[in-house]
Amino acid sequence: MKKSNPKAKIRILLSKPGLDGHSVGIRVIAQALRDQGFEVVFIGIRQKNQTIINAAVQESVDAIGMSMLSGAHISLMQDFMTRLRKTEFRPLIVIGGVIPTGDHDRLLELGVDAVFNTKDSFEDMADFIRDRVKTNIDEGE
Amino acid sequence: MKNEKNDDTRILESGIEVRSLYTSEDIKPADVNGTPGQYPYTRGIYSGMYRKRPWTIRQYAGVECSDKANDLFKSLIKQGNTGLSLALDLPTQIGLDSDDEWAFPEVGGVGVPIDTLRDLEILYDGIDLHKISVSITVNTSTTVIMAMLCALAEKKGFDLQRLTGTLQNDVLKEYISRGTWIFPLAPSMKLAADVIEFCTRKVPNFNPINICGYHLREAGANAVQEIAYNILSGKAYIDESLKRGLNIDEFGHRISFASIAGMNIFEEAAKFRAARRMWAKIMKEEYGATKPQVMKAKFGVGVAASALTAEQPFNNLGRAALMALGALLGGIQSLHVSTYDEAYSIPTEEAITLAIRTQQVLLNETGITDTIDPLGGSFYVEALTSDIENRVYEEIERIETKYGGLLQSISGGHIQNEIYGQRYEKEKEIRSGKKRIVGKNCFVQEGEEYLLELKKWNDDAPRMQVAALNKVKEERSQKAVEEGLSQLRVSIEKGENLMPTLIEVVKTYATLGEIIGVMKEYYGEFEQV
Repeated sequence: MKKSNPKAKIRILLSKPGLDGHSVGIRVIAQALRDQGFEVVFIGIRQKNQTIINAAVQESVDAIGMSMLSGAHISLMQDFMTRLRKTEFRPLIVIGGVIPTGDHDRLLELGVDAVFNTKDSFEDMADFIRDRVKTNIDEGE
Repeated sequence: MKNEKNDDTRILESGIEVRSLYTSEDIKPADVNGTPGQYPYTRGIYSGMYRKRPWTIRQYAGVECSDKANDLFKSLIKQGNTGLSLALDLPTQIGLDSDDEWAFPEVGGVGVPIDTLRDLEILYDGIDLHKISVSITVNTSTTVIMAMLCALAEKKGFDLQRLTGTLQNDVLKEYISRGTWIFPLAPSMKLAADVIEFCTRKVPNFNPINICGYHLREAGANAVQEIAYNILSGKAYIDESLKRGLNIDEFGHRISFASIAGMNIFEEAAKFRAARRMWAKIMKEEYGATKPQVMKAKFGVGVAASALTAEQPFNNLGRAALMALGALLGGIQSLHVSTYDEAYSIPTEEAITLAIRTQQVLLNETGITDTIDPLGGSFYVEALTSDIENRVYEEIERIETKYGGLLQSISGGHIQNEIYGQRYEKEKEIRSGKKRIVGKNCFVQEGEEYLLELKKWNDDAPRMQVAALNKVKEERSQKAVEEGLSQLRVSIEKGENLMPTLIEVVKTYATLGEIIGVMKEYYGEFEQV
C-alpha cells in the first residue's frame, strides 16, 4: 500500500468546463491554493470535460477542481462523471461557483466529493482537499 | 510598519489616498467652472440632463428560446418600451450551433440561442424595426448576428438606414475578462472594424460598438484601470476604423460605454466625470473631431454584481440602490440594477421587478433629477475627479511604455495577470475581515440559511432548439448554403469587409456554426495565456 508522504505537495488541476468564460473565481482559487502549498495546474477556461480528464490523467493529479457559473452544472457533471468512470483514474473531485444549495445533494450523488461556496474559507477548502487526498492515498484507492 | 492603532489611512481601490477634509485649495477653478452640455462635458453631456430627460431604465435579461423572447418583447412594447435588449446564450456567443455536442447542455441557458436567420425571424416577428431599437449583447460573433439582422430587415422590407440599436462588439474585453473569444486578436479587430465600417456606411443610426468597463472591474481592475483600458480599447477600434477611410466625425458619436458602479459612491461619481472630460479631450485634440456629439462619452451602467453577497441576500437591495445612486450622481445615461439574487442564479421575475422599482424610487422619490450635477463644486468630488483623470493618464502611459500598448499586453497575458492578482488580494482582504462586508465578515448571523426562490432551469430548451434547427436544415437548399460558404471563403481571402457577403450567406440559412467554422479555417483560434 502506498503511504501518503506528508511533505509531498498535493497536485490539483483547475479548470472551467463548459462555455462560460467568467474566470475570476477559478483564478482566485488557483492563487489561494498555491498560497496554501498546493501545486496547481491551471489549464484555462472553457474546456471540454474530456480535455480536463485527459489532462488530469497525464499530470496524474490528486484532485480536480472545477468552477461553473452558467447554471449548467448538473448536466456538465453528469457527463464529466460518466467520462471519468470510463477511466481507472480516481482523483478527488471538488467544484464551486454559482451552485444553488438545492443542487448539492444531486451533485454529491453523481460522485462529486464536495461542492464549495463563497462562505467556505480558503483554509477550509485546502484542509478538506488535503485530508481527503491523504485518506484516499492511505486507503490505496 | 505603520502603527496599526493610529493608522487611519483611507485608500480607495483606485489607489487614491483620501484626506479627512478637502478645501478650496484642492481644486482648480478651471476644472470646476464647466457647464453641462459644454466641452469638456465634465458636468454632463446634455445641458438639461435628468431635469429634461431622466436616465433610461434598462434591465438586461435572457430567456431560453426565440418564440418566448418574442412574447416577452411584445409585452415589453405594450408596456411602452421602445428598446429591446437581447441576451444570447453561450453557444451563440462563441459561434457554436445548438446541436454541437459541446454546446448542447448550455443551449438557451443564459439567453436566446441563434443558429440561423430563422431564429431572428421568430424573435422579431411582428416587431416594427423602424420604431423599436434593438440592442444585442454580442461580441465575437457580432459580424454574423448583425448580418442576420440586416438580412431580416431586407426580407421584411425595413430600410437599413432607419434601423436603430446597439451592438456590444467589444472583443478586447473578452480576452481580458469575459472569456467568450473565438479568434486571435488581429482578425477579431478586423471583424470589429468590419461592423463599424459597414454600419457607418449602410446602417448609420445603429451604434456598432459599446466599450465595456463592467467586466474589467468585475475581474479585478480598479476604477482608474477601467477608464484607462476603455480609452485604450476605444482608440484601438477607432484607429482600425480610420484605416478604412472613415472620418472620426462620421462614426465617433456612435461609440458608447458600458460601465459599472461599485460601492464607493464618490469614487464612482468622480470616475464618470473624469472619463467624460478625458474622452472629450482625446476626441478633439488627438483625433481632431469637430462635431460636439463625437466628443460626448455616453454611459450605460450596471451596478457591480460582485459587490452583492450570497449571505443575507436582502442586504443587496440596499447595496444596489446605493451603487445606482453613485452612477446617477455621475450623470450616466442608462442604468441596469443588478438583482438581490444575483449571487445565486439568473434573476427571478420578482427580483427583476424589485430592481426596476429601485430605479423608480430613485427617479420619483429622491430628488436626484431636480438639479444637474449636484456634486459639482464639491471640494472632494472635484479633487477626486482630477486625481482620477491624472491617474488614468499615468496608467495609459504605463501600459504603453511597459508592454507596448493594450493589444500587446493582452496577447502576453499581462493585463489579465495584473487584474486577477488584484482581485485575489481583495478577496484575501475580505476573507481576513480587513475589508468589511456586512453579513459576510461582520454582522454575521450564526446559523442563518437563506432559501431563495430561484429561477427554474428549462431542461427541455436544448432539445427543442435542436429540433427546430434540424427542421431548418431539412428545408434549406444545401447547394445554396455551400455556394454561400464558398463565397465567404473568397471574401476572406480578398481581405474585404465581410458584412455584405455575410448578409447574403445568412439568407441561405447557413448556420452560425458553419459560418464561424469557415472563418476559423482562415483566422485560427485564440490560444489562452
